[in-house]
Amino acid sequence: MRRARVIPVLLIQKGGLVKSVKFKDHKYVGDPINAVKIFNEKEVDEIVVVDISASAEKRPPNFKQAKEIASEAFMPLGYGGGISKLDEIKELIEGGVEKVILNTSAFTNPGLVHEGAKYIGSQSMVVSIDVKKDFWGKYKVFVQNGAKNTGIDPVTFARQMENAGAGEIFLNAIDKDGTFSGYDTALIKLISASVNIPVVAIGGAGSVNDFLQALESGASAVSAGSLFVFQRPHRAVLISYPSQAELKEKVYSQLND
Amino acid sequence: MITIVDYGVGNLASIRNMLKKIGHDSLISSREADILEASKLILPGVGAFDTCSEKLRNSGLIQPVNKKVLDDKLPILGICVGCQLLLEGSEEGQLPGLGWIKGKTVKFKQADLPEGTKIPHMGWTDVSLARQSVLFEDMYPDPRFYFVHSYYPNPLAESDVLVYAQYGYRFVAGVERGNIAGVQFHPEKSHKFGMKLLSNFANHF
Repeated sequence: MRRARVIPVLLIQKGGLVKSVKFKDHKYVGDPINAVKIFNEKEVDEIVVVDISASAEKRPPNFKQAKEIASEAFMPLGYGGGISKLDEIKELIEGGVEKVILNTSAFTNPGLVHEGAKYIGSQSMVVSIDVKKDFWGKYKVFVQNGAKNTGIDPVTFARQMENAGAGEIFLNAIDKDGTFSGYDTALIKLISASVNIPVVAIGGAGSVNDFLQALESGASAVSAGSLFVFQRPHRAVLISYPSQAELKEKVYSQLND
Repeated sequence: MITIVDYGVGNLASIRNMLKKIGHDSLISSREADILEASKLILPGVGAFDTCSEKLRNSGLIQPVNKKVLDDKLPILGICVGCQLLLEGSEEGQLPGLGWIKGKTVKFKQADLPEGTKIPHMGWTDVSLARQSVLFEDMYPDPRFYFVHSYYPNPLAESDVLVYAQYGYRFVAGVERGNIAGVQFHPEKSHKFGMKLLSNFANHF
């Protein structure tokens, strides 16, 4: 039986765990360390933590928090946000982070992807590509947490990142973020057919059934934020993750070996 | 004390974190004395085979590690490229491994994999035991582990195989010979399954 990774993404803003819709309307939902502990108990395949305020505030990653999270993560941990130097990549890896995720700096400085991959290995060098349709309905790569349109076509950018040494692409459909309306399967097909490295789909997952669609479209793994983390009025953050039995029944058993 | 051999590669903090979680102190060290005094050794490794082989050689630790493992029969667990180093060499490079287990590390054969299968193999995969081992004593049902690799150990003797896994075809995911064991996957990133394996290594191996 082939398994595919199902990866919760946690967004951090000003030290707190937040949720967003289409990269906007960020709402505080709780403490990130606590969320990682709960995901740990649920035996998630992998976890991704992105500090979305770091780049905007032009500050380096919060190493202390990253290390604290790493010491609670007994699964692979990807960390992104504010990373712009090789030394920062090294420090995160030495702190117990498994994969370092570049977004804005992969665009402004593709050489960092190359340097990073050389030092920590491609398998640990991830580039997150945020994609949105422009006014004319064309896919474009956005950076700075979706604030800036680079004008670049995602296929070109994904290939460039693969050539630079990225070992994996996190493909984020901005317009799908937080909408529970299903993945952008057209975008997933487009990118995964253009590169040989694994593509992880993010944005729009509304149920476990959506995972299968993304995987059948060529994604190697699937990711979601809102689906796994939600908040009830007057209650603490509520975290869910599908059971192994549910994943086997609805996803793995449907995949070709 | 378990010594995690630090020869300049890999994510060593994760191994120490998990050992700590299951109640075992460990030392990340590149000092010869810490290897000679260790109760057990863990040999990590990530990245290219030749880089690991060269760094291990340059660390000057091969001699003390050889002495402890071969003469004193100290238990050792290799992880990922650390497991590949237990064999004689690798298709990936020219440099030798430690040669404690006969055979070579080989690459996934793209031609034998279903079309569209990506290399590296990255993700969780179920493993099946090739034989009894204390490392898998009281293991949880349906053990699965986190893998990230393009190469796997291919020992000459089937009796040296510990576990198999499936990725397109069956491959060797772990080796064991006497006091020497190695796993291609990452127990330190594999939840309760990895905790059980590391705890069996620390307590019983």
